[in-house]
Amino acid sequence: MSTAALLFYLFAAMTIVASLGMVLNTRNTVASALSLVVAMISLGAIYVLLDAYLVAAIQIVVYAGAIVVLFLFVVMLLNLRMDVFPAARSRLPKLLGIAASGWGLWMFLRLLPGSLPAISPAPEGFGGFRALGTELFTRYVVPFEATSLLLLAAIVGAVILAKRRID
Amino acid sequence: MVDTAAGVAETSLLRWIPFLPLAAAAVHGVFLGLMRRPLPRRGTIFLSCGAVFASFLISLFAFAELLSPEGPRVRVDNLYTWIGAGKFSAEASFLLDPISAVMILVVTFVGFLIHVYSIGYMDDDHRDDTGFPRFFCYLNLFTFSMLMLVLGDNLLVMFLGWEGVGLCSYLLIGFWYSERWNAYCGMKAFVVTRIGDVGFLVGIFVLFWALADVGRPTVAFREIAAAFPQIADRVVTLPAWLGGAEWKLATLVGLCFFAGACGKSAQIPLYVWLPDAMAGPTPVSALIHAATMVTAGVYMVCRLSFLYAAAPGASAVIAWTGAITALFAATIAITQTDIKKVLAYSTVSQLGYMFLAAGCGGYAAALFHLATHAFFKALLFLGAGAVILAMHHEQDTDKMGGLARAIPRTRWAFLMGVIAICGLPPFSGFFSKDDVLLAAFGAHSIPGNRWLYGIGVATALLTSLYMFRLYFRTFHGATRIAPENFRRVHEPAETVRYPLYVLAVFAVLAGFAGLPQVYGDWLGIPDSNSLAHFLAPVLAGGLHEVGVSHGEELRLALLALGAAATGLFVAWWLYLRDPELPGRFMQAFHGVWRLLHEKYFVDQIYDTLIVRPTVWVADRVLFRSIDAGLIDGVAVNGTARAVQGLAARGFKYAHSGLTQSYLFLMILGTVAIVGWLLR
Amino acid sequence: MLVPLEHVIALSAVIFGIGVVGAVTRRNLIVILMSIELMLNAVNLALVGFSRAWANPVGQVFVLMVITVAAAEVAVGLGIVLSLFRNRDSVDIEEVSLLKW
Repeated sequence: MSTAALLFYLFAAMTIVASLGMVLNTRNTVASALSLVVAMISLGAIYVLLDAYLVAAIQIVVYAGAIVVLFLFVVMLLNLRMDVFPAARSRLPKLLGIAASGWGLWMFLRLLPGSLPAISPAPEGFGGFRALGTELFTRYVVPFEATSLLLLAAIVGAVILAKRRID
Repeated sequence: MVDTAAGVAETSLLRWIPFLPLAAAAVHGVFLGLMRRPLPRRGTIFLSCGAVFASFLISLFAFAELLSPEGPRVRVDNLYTWIGAGKFSAEASFLLDPISAVMILVVTFVGFLIHVYSIGYMDDDHRDDTGFPRFFCYLNLFTFSMLMLVLGDNLLVMFLGWEGVGLCSYLLIGFWYSERWNAYCGMKAFVVTRIGDVGFLVGIFVLFWALADVGRPTVAFREIAAAFPQIADRVVTLPAWLGGAEWKLATLVGLCFFAGACGKSAQIPLYVWLPDAMAGPTPVSALIHAATMVTAGVYMVCRLSFLYAAAPGASAVIAWTGAITALFAATIAITQTDIKKVLAYSTVSQLGYMFLAAGCGGYAAALFHLATHAFFKALLFLGAGAVILAMHHEQDTDKMGGLARAIPRTRWAFLMGVIAICGLPPFSGFFSKDDVLLAAFGAHSIPGNRWLYGIGVATALLTSLYMFRLYFRTFHGATRIAPENFRRVHEPAETVRYPLYVLAVFAVLAGFAGLPQVYGDWLGIPDSNSLAHFLAPVLAGGLHEVGVSHGEELRLALLALGAAATGLFVAWWLYLRDPELPGRFMQAFHGVWRLLHEKYFVDQIYDTLIVRPTVWVADRVLFRSIDAGLIDGVAVNGTARAVQGLAARGFKYAHSGLTQSYLFLMILGTVAIVGWLLR
Repeated sequence: MLVPLEHVIALSAVIFGIGVVGAVTRRNLIVILMSIELMLNAVNLALVGFSRAWANPVGQVFVLMVITVAAAEVAVGLGIVLSLFRNRDSVDIEEVSLLKW
């Protein structure tokens, strides 16, 4: 196995551990958020290993750098450190949910091998800025512009929702 | 069978014969039903009576056209194709041939007279503001149905009329429905005739099935007659649950149709509705239960004469049933005291005569007796109605007597009818009854036909006895009415009396239309039996020459006459000469008298054996268990309750308000769908 | 390609599963939103994997769209969390189960 492949598995493990850490951490919300950051970054690394350079960059910049930061802002703002909630009504739905998800995952993984078509070789410059940029601004320019509209709507919505009302 | 040597002519005249009364009924329906404003008295009279009179005129014209020697013997009025399914088609069309010509004349003529009579009779009707127009509406509707029945070119149109007269019978018998008993009688008539109608339908189905099997599906009479020889001898095996026996097709179909005739024409065992049908107004009894509806069965048998000629077994059953019914009803009639009940049982008895003739192959004789009976029985009923009116709605002869002085004109008309029915010459009943008896005497293919003849003669004796008993008790002898009431007895109005006079004339003279050849020879008239000659081309057996010499025929006539005279003599002795005698007979033979007076307890037997169990089953099983319990309770309400329970106890928990459970279910659903798509 | 495609997809499935469990199980609204982000990331991984396997840049274009939408969604979602907190003084998701039978 080459170094790169080894790196892949390493980062994969890191991702899994970090995401588990985010989900299972009930004591500290900030720790959860930071775990999420770790997961994002390792995913970015995986993207690089998969020749998706632009995507990796965007991942780090937007996801790890903006989205999770936003989460942390809100956590800090609301002073939510401890996850202290009244006792849940019943543990059964939780356990049921976990069991079902586990089973679903297991079925999926069992059926996975042999169900995917063959791989084709990647051309030079694949996943790079030039290649992706060309695609983005020629064939997919409409969705591209549409997302900017979406972001505009989101901005307006977020501002309105978060405004402190002056009663 | 049908002499189409001169061909069949198309015409658009026939449809008006039934449709004019229908239009009148429809107008009444619009005014009474939709607009809730009954027509005024004059309007009703002109509309209804006018419609029937117009029908009569058209019938007369059509009949005259049939008489012309070079014209076609059959006329058809085809309206449209009612059912068209592949090779099979049923037309809505009317047929005018000698049989239906005789019938429409009888129906429209007697019907018209009764319409006129009803003007006076129902005028008395202050029980119901809308009674007068409603009565005429129903009468018109009935006339329409009866005309459809007799003019129908195929079994379906005939059946339409058949059911229609049943319905109108119900409406008219229960006319004064505010009295519960009248409504019950109407229902009884309808239900009992319905039972027969099942047989009728089964007959149609079996006949059609057999015809379709040989590739000639049809319900039209002429076509059935033409195709009948192909299927007459076919053997039909009944299914296992009916016994698995083998029948000749002609016999099976013949018996099925006769079952329908038993219902409509009140033969044993389905006659029980007719005496109770007297609860209806007297014009109804005259029209429906004397002249027209009850004759539908006889008409049907004659219309299908080709079938019965090929089915000796069925014909024998018909003849014997007719004879036994005739005797049976006559024995009951001699003990009844209500005028209309006596006449009702008399009708059953005379219908028995008609079936006796038809079963013995004398279809022309049956139709002859049908026609004469229509005249004299209608006369008798209308006369009885006049008496009832004069007695201010008293019907019990126990309370009458000596009315001859008070209402002489009614008395003479009634007497004409009585003499006619008893078969005393030269009144019409004599000739028609003799024809019937002659047919019975000469029917060698029927087992025991001499016994049939004997029963016929015995019944003639009883007929004479009870009819003159009725006449004497009503009009003669010491009166049993209180003197102050007697002063109030008066002749009814002209509209009531004039139809009586007209009918009396026909009751006397109609016999000469069917004058048997033996008398024709005396008078020097060749082919004197014009009716039989007229009908011969369309009846099986043609002229039906019974193989007896003129001498024998005269001897038989004398025998019947003797029987009638004996009956008259006994009646005179018992009710005029020695009025105490009947009372002593009653006490001496009290058991027998009670049996006859209670009509052999048949109504009670039917009630216990059939009616009560059926009602019990209908109420307990069908209504409470199945309808209310199963269908309402389990299926309808139960489904609602189940859904409600499911929703209230189950589904509502899905709306927990918990976002996470919603999310979980969503994911579950998505995975399920994707999984199923990729399976 | 560096590793078999199956491994990439398997990793994506595992992360997605973890995200689902987190979204369904945790009561803290913030953590739920973060789990949703995790799920989106898992999808992105799968897309990138397929894109690389079949040398089709469409997958990566799609990923860019997903990231954009995720960003917008987080912004609005956290705005909702803020409003909720102001009204209920809590981010417990079971506090907002008003639309129930």
